[in-house]
Amino acid sequence: MSEGEEQTAGGYNFAYLDEQTKRMIRRAILKAVAIPGYQVPFASREMPLPFGWGTGGIQVTASIIGPNDRLKVIDQGADDTTNAVSIRQFFAKTAGVATTDRTSHASIVQTRHRIPETPLREDQIIVYQVPIPEPMRWLEQREAETRRMHALADYGPMYVRLYEDIAQFGRVTTAYDYPVMVNGRYLMRPSPIPKFDNPKMNMSAALQLFGAGREKRIYAVPPYTSVKSLDFTDHPFTIERWDNSCAICGANDSFLDEVITDDRGSRLFVCSDTDYCRQRRAVKAAE
Amino acid sequence: MNDLSLTDVAATPYETPLLRVSGLCKNFGAVVACRNVSFALWPGEVLGVVGESGSGKTTLLNCVSARLQPDAGRIEFQLRDGRVAELFEMSEPARRMLMRTDWGIVHQNPRDGLRLGVSAGANVGERLMAVGARHYGEIRGNAADWLRKVEIEVARIDDPPRTFSGGMQQRLQIARNLVSRPRLVLMDEPTGGLDVSVQARLLDLLRGLCSELGLAAIVVTHDLGVARLLAHRLTVMRRGEIVESGLTDQVLDDPQHPYTQLLVASILQ
Repeated sequence: MSEGEEQTAGGYNFAYLDEQTKRMIRRAILKAVAIPGYQVPFASREMPLPFGWGTGGIQVTASIIGPNDRLKVIDQGADDTTNAVSIRQFFAKTAGVATTDRTSHASIVQTRHRIPETPLREDQIIVYQVPIPEPMRWLEQREAETRRMHALADYGPMYVRLYEDIAQFGRVTTAYDYPVMVNGRYLMRPSPIPKFDNPKMNMSAALQLFGAGREKRIYAVPPYTSVKSLDFTDHPFTIERWDNSCAICGANDSFLDEVITDDRGSRLFVCSDTDYCRQRRAVKAAE
Repeated sequence: MNDLSLTDVAATPYETPLLRVSGLCKNFGAVVACRNVSFALWPGEVLGVVGESGSGKTTLLNCVSARLQPDAGRIEFQLRDGRVAELFEMSEPARRMLMRTDWGIVHQNPRDGLRLGVSAGANVGERLMAVGARHYGEIRGNAADWLRKVEIEVARIDDPPRTFSGGMQQRLQIARNLVSRPRLVLMDEPTGGLDVSVQARLLDLLRGLCSELGLAAIVVTHDLGVARLLAHRLTVMRRGEIVESGLTDQVLDDPQHPYTQLLVASILQ
């Protein structure tokens, strides 16, 4: 630690949080890993950025990061957006850790809204920033009641929402934050990732940690755990498809962002995962 | 869990009552809401509970429906497999399952019993999904059937209940409860707040469904007309106690207790 302190911002403990706080958060993480999908309450701290900007994810990352880790931070799949840049700089300053924008080089990936297209490995950890951890909050406002529903696996009412979508629109219209069953037991909100990314959570080799700062909850999906998206037997879960492929790298298997290029209706589709797009271009250039 | 018709209702032995309440007491601080209330309800029977406002009718219903823990007394229910279980001695998952399959609760205000934000079909299908139905087409087919049975046009299956009239909302609430083929339905002022012609239609419907499905029901009402039409037996409550009970016609035509006499006499002839 003394080694790291020389490089870090003066006066702050390694990775900003004090050691007792990190210990408390690590305990919550251990419990969360032991009960996949279960929301563990923790004493969330004030962080030097507003709630809703990733305070939960930052606290989780701060308590698991070590001086030898290499951190990647993405926001909407991109490494160069405001949220990603400031969180990456935050850890570069307070922990002095190496950062990267390459998924395969990172040991910890903190993310908002996406899971990288490059499959994660066993030696990697992905940390999600979660705004609202409770999947049943829209139908039941009382926390005591939702906890009881989780305890009794009383998840029938969640299907009312799916039913309603199919009745009104002919398909389930939830496109992000699509509720999942973890390990066949706990219903979980996967944070606002597109449902395109839901299949990547299933049997993932990497440890997945979720932190909700404002709501003071941590939950986790351990490696190789089943994560199933809710559906009806006659309306199975499906992911988004595009008619286009990425205008830059030509990928047709990645999540595409629609970019409006002028005010006359021109638009193009590009990979939301900037690292994946760069990798593909590098491969093409080498050929 | 998907199979709701676990046992044929008619096959249930009739020697034991479906529901037996004994010595039920409930106080709110110094206020006595129910004092030593006992009664039994047999399968297929409709019991009316009448009395003025504040006589403990709704408290009794809340206790019987396990929404309120009584201070003393036992509430025993005969399960579909013939076993008799005490409501508050059951585990919570078992009690919840019972609530969603064998019991129905029709609230006075349909807003308390419906999800107003989702369509009529989803309202009716909710119980099915809660007990494990995961086939959209079947759930929807079932919902349509029940809308027909309660005389709501099937074309309105995707409309939210807030666009329904009061009478339709009440009928939707009934469909939502009956979809799981319950054996006991608890109704709190089912016709309260409806105008008389709508009331009459709803009563006709309820009477038809009760006899068709062999439902047992407890109907709490302050309207003796409703009690006379629906109930086989009548219980009169006053200040938290049962003061008189017997066959409906007997109680209403030959009231014994001074309070019942007063109650019957206060109806405009």
